[in-house]
Amino acid sequence: MFPFAFEWLNDPVHFVFMGSLYTVLILLIIILHYCGIRAFLDLICKKEGHDNH
Amino acid sequence: MDPASAPFDSALIPKGVKRCQLKWFLLWIAVLNGPLMVGTVAALMCWGLALNVTNLSNNYPFGLWIAADLGIIALGAGAFFTGFLRYIVKIDDLKHIVNYAVIIGVVCYASAQGILGIDIGQPLRGWFIFWHANVHSMLTEVAFCITCYFMVLCIEYLPLILENRQVYKLGFFHGMAHHLHEAMPTIAAIGVFLSFFHQGSLGGVPGVLYGRPFAYREGFLVWPWTFFLFILSAIACGPCFTILITRITEGFARKRLVKRNVIDILAKISGRLLVLYLVLKTLDTVYWIAMAGKVGAPLSSFYANQPYGYWVLITELGILGVIPAILLLIRKTRQNDNVLILACVLNCAGIFMNRWIMTVQSLAVPVMPFDRFISYHPNWVEYASTFLFVWAGAIVISLSYRYLPIFSQEKELNPL
Amino acid sequence: MKEAHHEGDEQHQGHGKIYKFGMVVDLDKCTGCGACMVACMAENNIAFRKDETNKTRSNFWMRVYKISNGLPFPDTEISYIPRPCMHCEGHGHHHTPCVSVCPATVTDYNHETGIVSQIYTRCFGCRYCMAACPYHVRVFNWWDAKWPKGMEKYLNPDVSPRMRGVVEKCSFCFHRFQRAKNKAFTEGRREVREDEYQTACTQACPAGAITFGDLKNPEHRVYKLKDSPNAFRLLEKLGTNPKVYYVSTRAWVRKAADVYVGKEGEGATCA
Repeated sequence: MFPFAFEWLNDPVHFVFMGSLYTVLILLIIILHYCGIRAFLDLICKKEGHDNH
Repeated sequence: MDPASAPFDSALIPKGVKRCQLKWFLLWIAVLNGPLMVGTVAALMCWGLALNVTNLSNNYPFGLWIAADLGIIALGAGAFFTGFLRYIVKIDDLKHIVNYAVIIGVVCYASAQGILGIDIGQPLRGWFIFWHANVHSMLTEVAFCITCYFMVLCIEYLPLILENRQVYKLGFFHGMAHHLHEAMPTIAAIGVFLSFFHQGSLGGVPGVLYGRPFAYREGFLVWPWTFFLFILSAIACGPCFTILITRITEGFARKRLVKRNVIDILAKISGRLLVLYLVLKTLDTVYWIAMAGKVGAPLSSFYANQPYGYWVLITELGILGVIPAILLLIRKTRQNDNVLILACVLNCAGIFMNRWIMTVQSLAVPVMPFDRFISYHPNWVEYASTFLFVWAGAIVISLSYRYLPIFSQEKELNPL
Repeated sequence: MKEAHHEGDEQHQGHGKIYKFGMVVDLDKCTGCGACMVACMAENNIAFRKDETNKTRSNFWMRVYKISNGLPFPDTEISYIPRPCMHCEGHGHHHTPCVSVCPATVTDYNHETGIVSQIYTRCFGCRYCMAACPYHVRVFNWWDAKWPKGMEKYLNPDVSPRMRGVVEKCSFCFHRFQRAKNKAFTEGRREVREDEYQTACTQACPAGAITFGDLKNPEHRVYKLKDSPNAFRLLEKLGTNPKVYYVSTRAWVRKAADVYVGKEGEGATCA
């Protein structure tokens, strides 16, 4: 599954296949984190906004 | 709504819509739990006593479970395809049904993975498909893409849960739901990419078996023609399954939840895709007959043993293919509620039958010249453990319908 | 292991001699006694049940089929076909059918020996390889093995027993090859002789119907036997390129057992 595994081979099939998997997983993690952080920042800004008022 | 007649859990029910009393809902859940328990017992038997409790054998390593798996995933294609049409092709009207399509998708994919967890001989080793992945195997591609796509579906389902009346009040979840909706086109695009590959790879699973002339197909590069046919058949029947479940829900709820024009869009697209699929499938069938004959497997050998006679071919492509395609293409029949349901049932049944044919019938056809035909039928353990997920899915859908704002047109169609 | 897994220059494959182990079965000698089946089960710790009537669930690695010419008395003839794993090599862009489909790299075609191996502890029982194999050589452990009391002491220590939920198949008694290789190594040799590595079924056959050896070695008996004009393989046309050859002087056997006629015409085989 990973390049350090003994069965790993540096061939196009491995690069494309596993590369796609890693890309998708990283993208999904980034999207979730992005939404979470934005939501958190919105919450803070909203609170600060209320405090200012 | 009169507070006295409001359901006990009305604080959780979306605003502006009516739901039945809690006691009837709980009774409904209890009713579903009956067969669900039977299914659970069957699953525990498989895990505890090993797979000898089924009717599977060395001649039929694949049976109802695998056919159901492939079928469920084909039916669940409505999720990604509706998302594709809504967010990428930008058919705006589909926004009124895409939420439900996602929920149906979540149920279908969770069921498929659940069935696999029972089907494999060593479920605790299931992760080996990732850890020791063979990148040349179609099944590896299936596992990877389905797992990733299930994550995508969960991410698409999350905002619906966060929009529950009480959950939405919490600032963080409110913001999370909002930003997830903003990111939905990207998430949907990832879902389309993953779905394309896993629907196709599921077609590749029987298609690459050159030791089984019934299943084997030549193709384009490493992908047999069944790769493309499975994608096409999945997007042809997925929307119909979405329509079917929506209509069933409307039947139970005794009200309209989606406007007819939205249903009509899905039905029309489904009909056209079904026609395209049937044309390509017919061409593939003709070519397959010729190629299989070259390795000494004439067409007659494929249909020599009942119950797998020629009627199978006629039923799959004719009764469950051509007829629903015609019904879905003609506006008058498509816009008749009862005929539409019939067309959807026939369409979905046809694709399910195709999955059975490509898996179980492929194993039924003897390959060695001195092999005898042995028949197979699932036993109660296989039926119960498969239907377990139907009941569980019904519970998930019931809970989602009751507590989540899925149908944006419900208020408009059912003013209080 | 990585090197032996991939085809390529012979110089780059492993560190020793390259073999292509295979079998030639003389169907005119086979009496259908089943000694090969019993020997295989004893040698490889194959689990069995009290009631083996359901043959579709039996764990036979070697299996003897019975065929008939279908003619009425007095022209009726029968023949027996012992069928181990074919250890298919594949041909062209078609690799060994079961190896290419396994999702967890449990099964592998070894280019040093020509043997298709199976890692039982890695198999999670998806049974895709069973669907891929046209010869039904692969069997699934539908139960956990339960040995009659005391029989655990008679198990072969060289062969790991399998638990339920995993697929198994004939390994051409690969453990015997390992023993022979070790013995040759200690004696300063790098090549295993024909008599040093023989499968259990070959040795058990009372009629001497089974011959086992290196198909590429001119000194081994199988080398000549496989080129007999009466030699054929099962399902030739599929392109699996199996390593088990059958020989029979009876034309109906060659025809009945090989609906997929060999490339050089009826009864002949391609090398």
